[in-house]
Amino acid sequence: MKVARVAYAGAIHTATPHGQGLQLADGRVLTEDAVVWLPPFEVGTVIALGLNYADHVKELAKELTVTTQDEPLVFFKGPGSLIGHRGQTRRPADAQFMHYECELAVVIGHTARQVKRAGAMRHVAGYTICNDYAVRDYLENWYRPNLRVKNRDGGTVLGPWFVAASDVPDPHDLGLRTFVNGQLKQQGRTSSMVNDIPALIEYLSEFMTLRAGDVILTGTPDGVVNVHVGDEVVCEIDGIGSLHNTLVGDGTFGTFGTFGS
Amino acid sequence: MSATPSATPSASLSATRFATAQQLSGQVYGALLNHRPQLTALGDAVTQLPYKAAPQAPVLSVMPRHMLAADGAPLDVPAGVPGLEVGVALGIVIGRVACRVPLAQAMDFVAGYVVLGEVTLPLASHYRPALRLRARDGFCPVGTHVVPASEVPEADALLMHIDVDGQTVQATNTGDRVRGVAQLLADVSEFMTLQPGDVLSLGRSHGAPLVLVGQQVLLRIEGLGQLQHTVTADLAVVAGQGA
Repeated sequence: MKVARVAYAGAIHTATPHGQGLQLADGRVLTEDAVVWLPPFEVGTVIALGLNYADHVKELAKELTVTTQDEPLVFFKGPGSLIGHRGQTRRPADAQFMHYECELAVVIGHTARQVKRAGAMRHVAGYTICNDYAVRDYLENWYRPNLRVKNRDGGTVLGPWFVAASDVPDPHDLGLRTFVNGQLKQQGRTSSMVNDIPALIEYLSEFMTLRAGDVILTGTPDGVVNVHVGDEVVCEIDGIGSLHNTLVGDGTFGTFGTFGS
Repeated sequence: MSATPSATPSASLSATRFATAQQLSGQVYGALLNHRPQLTALGDAVTQLPYKAAPQAPVLSVMPRHMLAADGAPLDVPAGVPGLEVGVALGIVIGRVACRVPLAQAMDFVAGYVVLGEVTLPLASHYRPALRLRARDGFCPVGTHVVPASEVPEADALLMHIDVDGQTVQATNTGDRVRGVAQLLADVSEFMTLQPGDVLSLGRSHGAPLVLVGQQVLLRIEGLGQLQHTVTADLAVVAGQGA
């Protein structure tokens, strides 16, 4: 089962894939660009992993001030950072290095508290794709990665489809790819995760109760490069889908005026 | 799996009474290391590895729904740790959509204030988010009511007390912050939009007391209210286990 949440003709709909694009629950068939894509499920807590692919750790090793890692590097993201498929993400003009991160997103299906590895996968409802942007210029070594890098408005792209776990026989054997303006820039496999999905669920559920709608962004492989205003970034995962995003400049957002007054 | 999962709002936040027309239904964010004495106490370490330089942008955390707790909820100490570090913090309740708010207008975006608890396991480092130590179930108690901003003329100078078993062990105030209420709101909204009902914590004060199993903790802010909690043993959990 693949489902999306989209806005169309004045309402929010559940949609499924169709040969011409997608089909709403009421029967209407539409092209991909005819709808506004929202994150494909009602998102609860967003838990993100840093440094969960060994090759990516090596890629970043020069700028890390501490490289030893004795437990998963996890951090939270807030709801304001989320946007859907085919959305726009702001690229600040003063940044020298902003990059995408293609990640397998694991959606929790029911409550998990102090779950052991052996039973962990039963708590997974399904999967989607995340492009978890970072602006490295803003990195500081206090509670790193700090929110200014990782929790910017519209910097966490989710979708297009929620794919049921039953449709993904082995989530640890999927290819991930990122294309920038059609050129392949990032490539990896979920088999290279340092902490795999059951390990992450066991680790997290020891100290926090996971609930339906919570999502774990499982980290990104190496191959992150700077992106520019106007670039189209496509993150792809085998069997899950292809997630599109466009970078836009500060000018699109105007400046603060008398909003709300 | 029959349907996509759906999130439900936090029971503790949605159940809190809100003195204005707004719903206190949003996301809680918090400032860390925002009390000047916290950075002063770090001394030269601030410029050494792993930090290398003093923080420039606000140091922030996200407090998701599993962390929120009501007044009176037990504070669980996992086995294997000596106790909990507890703090009291000013919660700034957002009243209007706050996106890139100028400093001079920041206070117009505040609906009111609420008392928050900020609980952690003992922390040795500020380098990593350390969610296992800081973001455990129930580690962010939220007060029972929001006091409208109009009734709190000096939000940056409110007395805060922590009492343990009836004795005051910390007496500070909401002042002496790296960023006060207006500056914090302006700087945070520069890159993340806050929604009505969201709460932004000004952060706990330096020297969070360690509390032990069996102790009673009272967190008070002058004019805003209090939170009362019993420290209990969470026998099911051994801290430090895991991957």
